[in-house]
Amino acid sequence: MVEIVLISALDGVLYGMLLFLMASGLTVIFSMMGVLNFAHASFYMLGAFFGFQISRYLGFWAGLVAAPLLVGGLGTVVERYGLRKVHRHGHVAELLFTFGLAFVIEDLVEMVWGKLPVDYRVPPSLDFPAFTIFSGNYPAFKVFELLTAIAIFAALLLVVKRTRVGLIVQAALSHPDMVGMLGHNVDRIFMLVFGVGAGLAAVAGVIAGPALVTQSNMAGLLGPILFVVVVVGGLGSLSGAFLASLLIGLVQTFAVASNASLAGAFGDLVPSGWLQAYVGDIWNVTVAQVAPILPYLLLVLILIFRPRGLMGTRES
Amino acid sequence: MRKGLVSTAFALSMLGSAAMPSMAEDTLKIGYVDPLSGGGASIGQIGLDQLHFIADTVNAKGGVLGSKIEIIAYDNKLSPQASLVQVQKAIDEGVHIIVQGNGSAVAAAIENFVAKYNERNPGKDIVYLNYAAIDPILTNQSCSYWHFSWDANVDVKMEALTNFMKSRADIKKVYLIDQDYSFGHSVADAAMRMLKAKRPDIQIVGNEFHPLVKITDFSPYVAKIRASGADTVITGNWGQDLALLIKAAGDAGLKVNWYTFYAGGAGGPTAVKQANLPDQVFQVTEGVNNIDYTPAQETARAYMARHQSDPVFYPRMFNLTGMLFKAIEEAHSTDPGKFAPKLEGMKYATFSSGEEGIMRKQDHQFFQPLYISDFGPLNAKQPFDEEHTGWGWKVVAQIPVKDTVTTTTCKMTHSE
Amino acid sequence: MSDIARPPLPGLPSGRAGGVLATYGVWIAAAVVLAVLPHVFASGLALTAMCLMGTMIIFALSYNMLLGQTGLLSFGQAVFFGLGGFLTVHAMNVAESGGVPLPLAVFPLFGGVAGLAFGVIFGAVSTRRAGTAFAMITLGVAELVSSSALILRHFFGGEEGVTTDRTGLVHLFGLTFGPQIQVYYLIAVWCFVSAAAMYALTCTPFGRICNAVRDNPERAGFIGYDTQTVRFISFSLSGLFAGIAGGLAAINFEIMNAAQLGLAQSGTVILMTYIGGVGDFVGPIIGAILVTYLQVALSDVTDVWQLYFGLLFIGMVIFVPDGIAGLLARQRPLLLARQLHRVAPFYALALVPGLAAITGLSMMIEMTNQLAVHVSDGPAMAFLYVPFDADAPLPWLVAATLLAAGTWLFLRAARAARHAYDEALAASRARGRGP
Repeated sequence: MVEIVLISALDGVLYGMLLFLMASGLTVIFSMMGVLNFAHASFYMLGAFFGFQISRYLGFWAGLVAAPLLVGGLGTVVERYGLRKVHRHGHVAELLFTFGLAFVIEDLVEMVWGKLPVDYRVPPSLDFPAFTIFSGNYPAFKVFELLTAIAIFAALLLVVKRTRVGLIVQAALSHPDMVGMLGHNVDRIFMLVFGVGAGLAAVAGVIAGPALVTQSNMAGLLGPILFVVVVVGGLGSLSGAFLASLLIGLVQTFAVASNASLAGAFGDLVPSGWLQAYVGDIWNVTVAQVAPILPYLLLVLILIFRPRGLMGTRES
Repeated sequence: MRKGLVSTAFALSMLGSAAMPSMAEDTLKIGYVDPLSGGGASIGQIGLDQLHFIADTVNAKGGVLGSKIEIIAYDNKLSPQASLVQVQKAIDEGVHIIVQGNGSAVAAAIENFVAKYNERNPGKDIVYLNYAAIDPILTNQSCSYWHFSWDANVDVKMEALTNFMKSRADIKKVYLIDQDYSFGHSVADAAMRMLKAKRPDIQIVGNEFHPLVKITDFSPYVAKIRASGADTVITGNWGQDLALLIKAAGDAGLKVNWYTFYAGGAGGPTAVKQANLPDQVFQVTEGVNNIDYTPAQETARAYMARHQSDPVFYPRMFNLTGMLFKAIEEAHSTDPGKFAPKLEGMKYATFSSGEEGIMRKQDHQFFQPLYISDFGPLNAKQPFDEEHTGWGWKVVAQIPVKDTVTTTTCKMTHSE
Repeated sequence: MSDIARPPLPGLPSGRAGGVLATYGVWIAAAVVLAVLPHVFASGLALTAMCLMGTMIIFALSYNMLLGQTGLLSFGQAVFFGLGGFLTVHAMNVAESGGVPLPLAVFPLFGGVAGLAFGVIFGAVSTRRAGTAFAMITLGVAELVSSSALILRHFFGGEEGVTTDRTGLVHLFGLTFGPQIQVYYLIAVWCFVSAAAMYALTCTPFGRICNAVRDNPERAGFIGYDTQTVRFISFSLSGLFAGIAGGLAAINFEIMNAAQLGLAQSGTVILMTYIGGVGDFVGPIIGAILVTYLQVALSDVTDVWQLYFGLLFIGMVIFVPDGIAGLLARQRPLLLARQLHRVAPFYALALVPGLAAITGLSMMIEMTNQLAVHVSDGPAMAFLYVPFDADAPLPWLVAATLLAAGTWLFLRAARAARHAYDEALAASRARGRGP
């Protein structure tokens, strides 16, 4: 019992931090700028492939630095020449623009790197078990993942709350006209914020790429889980997103460890004719089976009962 | 090159002029309906490459019944509904032979559509040749006269796998982990049923289902497997769900043997190599490249020389086309209504080993010798590695046809 | 563009319409077109595609009740489409095995009722919020439903879905619904009736209140309307029509599966609606036809069709943000004032370099694709029936020139066209005031 709780807690935290790593860029773009960026996962994928390509020549660490810079630069270009034009037509237009962009990026990646997974590996310097608990190994790379996520969280928090730049960004998001009048270039601020968001997505890609599968469909497979993280955390809140990542990581991991089901709690179904098969599907489902769907349930419940999210500052 | 044509043909296709300019009338058209874009494209493209390779080889020798083979690709985006539109398109373009493989949902939709189409359009028969969809439902409850299946279905594969496992005394505790949809459940149910019958002493210590392609972190599942004390895991997982599971197990240092259906699928070998699990991952297939049979190895070499970037190979595609051409020649007709009866009960020397397989008349399931192979470093007599990993599949056991036969509930009308 | 150039409000009946014929003429014409179409496009594929378009038109129109009329962005419209389809399939199977004497034509109603029922259930949950919160609730609900669909295998038929046979029901007037043409007319009738009903709805006071809630929820609230109730009713009714569309799709394909209620399907309907234009009633109709056509036909022409799809959306939101219908609606004042001839040449002038730029771009895409993906086939390829080698410098030069020059000229011509448009508009307004 202790073993399961301890291991689940550890796995949950590690998974939660992976989620935060992936969602941190979206927090900046969606949560702060309010852009429904469906291409976030595509920037994440670009990060992974750029990281892979660079790592083949210069090693993993060079990729970790260069890939986010490249993708961040690409992000600013996308903002400057695409999103900015679309912005005034509202959220749906932005959404469709990023939707289209996701299609384009996926096909370009397929053209360049093919459709099969590429062999993107964990760097040898991190390829060893960091520690062992109950005969289960925890690889050093996962610890690195965790530390990076925390570092990004701390750095973002510091920039947003404690620096002049962060102050201007915050002001520009809520009162762009006023900030413009004060002589700041609001357009450039938005461009930079978007670039940083895309760059953070790429950091996640470079790190998650070797740990997961680097393939041209990895963006699509990620699904909308990152939106769940941001919304559950609360729009506009960095700490909220961090907390939500942890929460979702833990909920999902503990759920996987549980084999409870209605059948387990109340005994097998009494045979009741043709309905039995249909009800049986629900009756015999274990908590573990539905674990990955729980975040979406959490999302719906949170939005109904606490529409601002865990720590959000606004509803939309 | 069909793909290079733009726009005018585009509009014409809607107006119902069936003849596209590049298509000569006297070719034998084979419509390939599989995903060629999006998530499933990586596997769909391999099948298409293989068909083109086979067509070129056969055409160089004069074709079938004197006519050249023409492969026409239809992208179904892995969607059943889109597949039906594409099959309709193929029929309009004069195709009578549909080849499809990826996705049991798509297979079921096409099987159903083709049966209804033939019933409603007498004399214009279409035949559906399935090279990879293996849900047992296709050759049982919803079986159809117009559907032929070349890959061993779930029950047949599990029959072979458990016949191999029953002789392995070191297997004591088995854990089942599968994707939570009908295919995953068929795998788990078959494993439970057959292990219980053949090795009642084996304990099933877990029967886990997880949602299809929604998991990014498999560590909690690996922790569960470890806690159960299992020495063997059986899984029907494919694609990302298999790769991530194996990698998570490698990361955590879980020491078990993996019996899989799809570790040889695209991306599987890369993941096993990255997880560094030599000779611990097994698969059951209709053949691997390292079987010591010269004709198969020569063909494989020729294919790989042409497709260096995707050196993946399905022997079943060669069985499918070989038997199709044989049936057409025996019937002296390219009309499915005439050659389909020749396929029923046909005996055929399989591509991988030359040993005989048979298309069972009762349910149109092809029975062939199956191979259990494991993945790891190779010796000098095993020339083929996978996905440039340096490791390859090595045959552990051959399961003869008689040990793969299962019963079927199929009741089809053969008199058509 | 000036404010006057904005499209008229959705659903606003034309103010100049005089007499019965002008009001109903459009609908009569639509009915005639629907009746004649299958005789113009008679191939099996064309019939299948038109059946698909018919269902998608209802689906997109139902979605526009939310997005265009009430201002609600939903990510879960396919839930109602799919559930409607499943209920229809099950109803058909029960009717067939139980010998219930109902003709096929009424079965989409089962889909509609299912859509309405689930619309009420999910609407009660999600319409308590608006804006982003609403959008995210629908996303969550959509994921929950589509994930459950794979778990509840007996109802949803697992991966394979549930099949049915549309010919096994009572045959009214000798209609077996085996031939696709009969199914076409079934869908056409349902499409016509549903579209008319949805149009009629926009003309009712309720339709107007929806617009008010979309444009300014606070004011709508102040004058006494409960915005939440309005959203709820709109959401439920939208579910009703999406359910009918799902029922028709089930009849058309004789199969329903879990993929039909997933996010991809919901995404498709957003695209259709937006590309067609949310600001006009006909917008989603145009969008449904265009996007369905591209889905059916584009993959024949190129295997990187997703790339073109993506570029199309990007181009649309940048250059034509109010959709195709919006673009057409802007020409309407000119047409009425007989000023269109003044701008038409400019449009043609912009079209030529525009097409050249697109040709150059797609040529580059295809050449890259040939070199990157079809390595094993060698560099020989054909584009617009012109054969050449993809690794030769000349084709690249041609493509680059077409793209660069085309873009430059297009942008110039577009500027001129816009100028001409503004002038013509001013002139037509002057004429309108004149007599």
